[in-house]
Amino acid sequence: MKRRKGTSDSLVTKAGGELDDRFKLALPARILFNKVFPDHWSFLLGEIALFSFILLLLSGTFLALFFEPSMVEVTYKGVYVPLQGVEMSQAYASALDLSFEVRGGLFMRQMHHWSTLLFMASILIHMLRIFFTGAFRAPRETNWMIGIVLFWLGFFEGFFGYSLPDDGLSGTGLRIMEGMTESIPFIGPWASAALFGGQFPGTSVISMLYIIHVFVFPLLILALITVHIGLVFAQKHTQWPGPGRTEHNVVGFRMFPNYVMKQIGFMLFIWGVLGAMAGLFQINPIWLFGPYEVSVVSSASQPDFYVMYLDGLIRLFPAWELRFPPYFTLPPVFWPGIVGMGLSVMLPLLYPALERRFAKDRGHHNLLQRPRDNAGRTSLGVMVVVFWIIGVISGGNDVFAEKFDISLNAMTWAGRIGLVVLPIIAYYVTYRICLGLQQHDREVLAHGLETGILMRDPNGRFYEVHQPLAEPDEHGHTELEYNGWVVPKKMNRIGALPPADKGFFKSIEEPSEDGRAERRDEIESGKH
Amino acid sequence: MSAHNDSNPPEPVDLSNPKLSRFEVYKEGLRRDDIEIIHYEPRFKKPGTKAEKRMERIVGGLFLFAGLFATAFVVAYIWWPWEYDGPATWRDLQTWYTPVLGTSLGLALLCFAVGVLTWAKKLLPIEELVQDRHDGGSTADDRKIAEATVDNMVEDIGLKRRPFLVKAALLGAAPLGLAAIAPLGALIKDPGDMLTVTGWNAERHNDGEPIRFMMKDGALVRPDMVSVGGQITVYPAIDHGATNQFPTSPVLLIHLRDADAEVLRGNLYPMYQDVDALWGNFVAYSKICTHVGCPTSLYEQQSQRLLCPCHQSQFNVVDNAAPVFGPATRHLPMLPFTVDEEGFFIAKSDFLVPPGPAFWNRPSLPEEDEK
Repeated sequence: MKRRKGTSDSLVTKAGGELDDRFKLALPARILFNKVFPDHWSFLLGEIALFSFILLLLSGTFLALFFEPSMVEVTYKGVYVPLQGVEMSQAYASALDLSFEVRGGLFMRQMHHWSTLLFMASILIHMLRIFFTGAFRAPRETNWMIGIVLFWLGFFEGFFGYSLPDDGLSGTGLRIMEGMTESIPFIGPWASAALFGGQFPGTSVISMLYIIHVFVFPLLILALITVHIGLVFAQKHTQWPGPGRTEHNVVGFRMFPNYVMKQIGFMLFIWGVLGAMAGLFQINPIWLFGPYEVSVVSSASQPDFYVMYLDGLIRLFPAWELRFPPYFTLPPVFWPGIVGMGLSVMLPLLYPALERRFAKDRGHHNLLQRPRDNAGRTSLGVMVVVFWIIGVISGGNDVFAEKFDISLNAMTWAGRIGLVVLPIIAYYVTYRICLGLQQHDREVLAHGLETGILMRDPNGRFYEVHQPLAEPDEHGHTELEYNGWVVPKKMNRIGALPPADKGFFKSIEEPSEDGRAERRDEIESGKH
Repeated sequence: MSAHNDSNPPEPVDLSNPKLSRFEVYKEGLRRDDIEIIHYEPRFKKPGTKAEKRMERIVGGLFLFAGLFATAFVVAYIWWPWEYDGPATWRDLQTWYTPVLGTSLGLALLCFAVGVLTWAKKLLPIEELVQDRHDGGSTADDRKIAEATVDNMVEDIGLKRRPFLVKAALLGAAPLGLAAIAPLGALIKDPGDMLTVTGWNAERHNDGEPIRFMMKDGALVRPDMVSVGGQITVYPAIDHGATNQFPTSPVLLIHLRDADAEVLRGNLYPMYQDVDALWGNFVAYSKICTHVGCPTSLYEQQSQRLLCPCHQSQFNVVDNAAPVFGPATRHLPMLPFTVDEEGFFIAKSDFLVPPGPAFWNRPSLPEEDEK
C-alpha cells in the first residue's frame, strides 16, 4: 500500500516505491503485516527461550573476547589474593581475569549464566505447554521433534559452557562425563580417549569444547530455531477453542502493529529481568572453587539444574554391575547415564508418532485441547514430571540431607522408592482429577450453575437452585454440547452477579454502573 | 470462502475507484488475505480525552526513564570504581559495581519494555480478526502437476532407465561420505593401558626404583606425619606426580587405630594378604571413586567410612574399602606399600587392580571380587 500513488507522497512512500521496484515487496509485506496471530499468555513461553538465546549470543561474544580456552599450566598472578601463586590452566586464569580484571566482566559472566538457566527453564515449560495441550499433534510433529533436539543441544551447550572455566566444579562434571563415556560397551575407553586426547583430563578437552560451544552448537541452535519459528509461521499457530474458533481459522490480532509491539516489549522485559539478575544475584563464583584437581572435591557439588535429574538418576541407581569375566564389564552408571539419557532423547522424539498410533488419530489438529480432556496424556505427562522432579531433588540429595538434617542414605532410599512408586500414584491421581473436572463441566452444562441459593420444598427437603445455561426441558436439563473450552462455573461468569475481584494490584473486573458485569470475555470470545 | 461465521464474505472492491477511503483499500487487502474484522475500535472512543493524554504521559515518561537509567548504566560502567583490590566491605564503592550495572541496565530495559507494552495494550485499537487457515496439503491439481514434474525430472535424468549409473553413483558416493568424516579419525587414540597403569608404576615412571609417597607440595611422607586416626592425600613422588597428569594416582593414606587395623587385617582380601599391603596400622586406598571417578574425599572416622560427595558411594575402610552404599560396585584398590631404609613411605608396586571407574574391557581378576 505504500506504493499507491495519490494518497501521500512522503519520503516513506518514496522509499517504499524504490524498494518495491527492486524487491517486489508490496504483496509479501502486506501478507506479513496482516497475518493474524492468536493470543494467549501460554503462547509466549517459547519466546522467553528465544529472547534468552539472543542475549546468550550477545553476552557470549563479549566473554569470548577475553576467555582463553587453553589448558596450558600457568601460575596465577592476578589480583585475587587467595589464588595468587597457584598453578592452574590458562582457561581458569582467564576466567578469573574476566571476573576480576575485565571491566563489567563479572556482570557479563553472570548474565550469560542466568540467561542459560532461563533459556533451559523456558524450553522445559514451553515443552510442557505444548505437550499438555496437544499442540504437538499433526501437522506439527516435526516442530515438536525440532524442539526436543533444541532442548538437548541446549543441554550439552550449557554443560560444555560451564565446563570451560576449568574450575573445580566444572572439572568434576567432566570427570563424571568421562566415567559415563568409559562405561559404554565396546567403545568406552576409546571414546573417552578421543574426547580427552588420551587420559582424562588431558590437555585438549577445553579447546575442543570451546569450538563446539562457541561455534558448532550455537550455529545448529540458531539454524533450528529459525526452522522452528518458520514452521510456526507457515503452519499458523494453534489456538484455543472458543466461540467462532474452528480448525480452519485463526482468531486473534494482526502481526503488525499489535503482535510485534508486544513481542518487542516482552523481549526487552526478559532482558531487563536478566540484566537485573546478572547484577544482583551471584551465580557460579568460580574463584571459590579453585582450579580443577583430580583429588579435590567438596560436597554440594551440583550441576546446573537441567543436568541435575540425570545426576540424580546416577545417584539413585543401585550398584548393579554386569560382569562377563574375565574380559567385560558393564558398570552401573551405564544404565542411568547412557541408557537413561538415550531414552530421554528418544521417547519424547517418538511420542507424537506413538500417540498417533495408539489413539488411531490421523487427523489434523489446530485447536488445542484442555489437559483435562485427554486424561491419559495428561496423566502420562504428570508422571514424567514427577519422575523428573524426583531426579532433580536426588541430584541435590546431599544438600537436602544437610539442610534438613535427614540421613543421606534415607534420602537415597526415598529417591529410589519414590522414583518407582510416586509416578504411578501421580498417574492415577491425575487421571481421576481429569475425569472429575470433565464430569463437572458436563454437570454444569446439563444442570446449570450452582447459585448458592438454598431452597426448602414443602416436604422439608433442602436443595440448591441451579441456573441453567440454556432453556431447560421439563426435567430441568439442558442439552448443551461441550466445546472444549472453559465452562462457566460461577454466577459472575455469566454476568448474573458482580464479578469476583480479579487482578493482582488493582481490580481488573470492575462492575458496570447497573451492577451487571461488563467483561464477559470467557463467554463472548473464548478468551481467558 | 470462510467457514467461521454466517455473514456473507465481503465483496471485492474496485481499487481504481478514486472515492475509496484509505480504510476501504486496507480492508480489501485484508479480504485478499482471507481476513475478516470481527471487532475493531479505537481504544479511546473520543480522541484526546484526559484518559488518553494520561496514558500518553505514562508511556512517554517510561521511555524517558529508560533513557535516564541507560545513561546511568553507561556512566557507571565508565566512571564507577570497579577495580578489585582485595576483600572489600559494603562501604567500598567497588563492592557495588556489578549491582549498579545490573540495576541500571535492568531498569532501563524494564522501563522501555513496560512503555512499549503499555503502548500496545492501552493505546492501540481494540481488535479481533479472523483469518482462514488453509490447513492440509496442496490442491489436487497442484499435487498432480508436482508429481508430473518430478516424474519428468526423474525421466530426464534417467534414474529408471540407467540402473547401472545409479548403482555406480551410490558406490561412488558412499566412500565419499566416509572421506568426509574420516579426518575426524585424527581424534582417535589408542587408550592403551591408560586406565590400568598409574603413576605408581615404578618401571614406567621411576626407572624401576620404588616410588615414594609425597604430599601436594612435594614433601616426602614419613609415618610420624600422620597421627592415629588421621589421613592425608599422597601422590607418587615423581615428576608432576601430584598434578592432573596422573589422575588415577592420588591415594588416601590412613593411620588406623589399633582396633580398626586389627579388623582390617582380619578382613583383608587374599591378594592383599599375599603382598602384605598394609604397613603397621597404615593403609593406602586409591582416592578415585570406582563409580565414575570423583575423589572419595570425605572420611568419617567414627563409622570408618569413605564417602564420595558426587554420588554418595560409601566404602568401608576396615573392610578393604568395599562399597557399602550407593552406586559404586567395586572396592577402592589398595596400594601395597612399606617404609624404606630412610624412613619414607614407598609403594611396593602399582595398584593390583585398575583404580577409578569401571570400563567395558576392564580386566576382571577373579581374586579381586571374593575374599
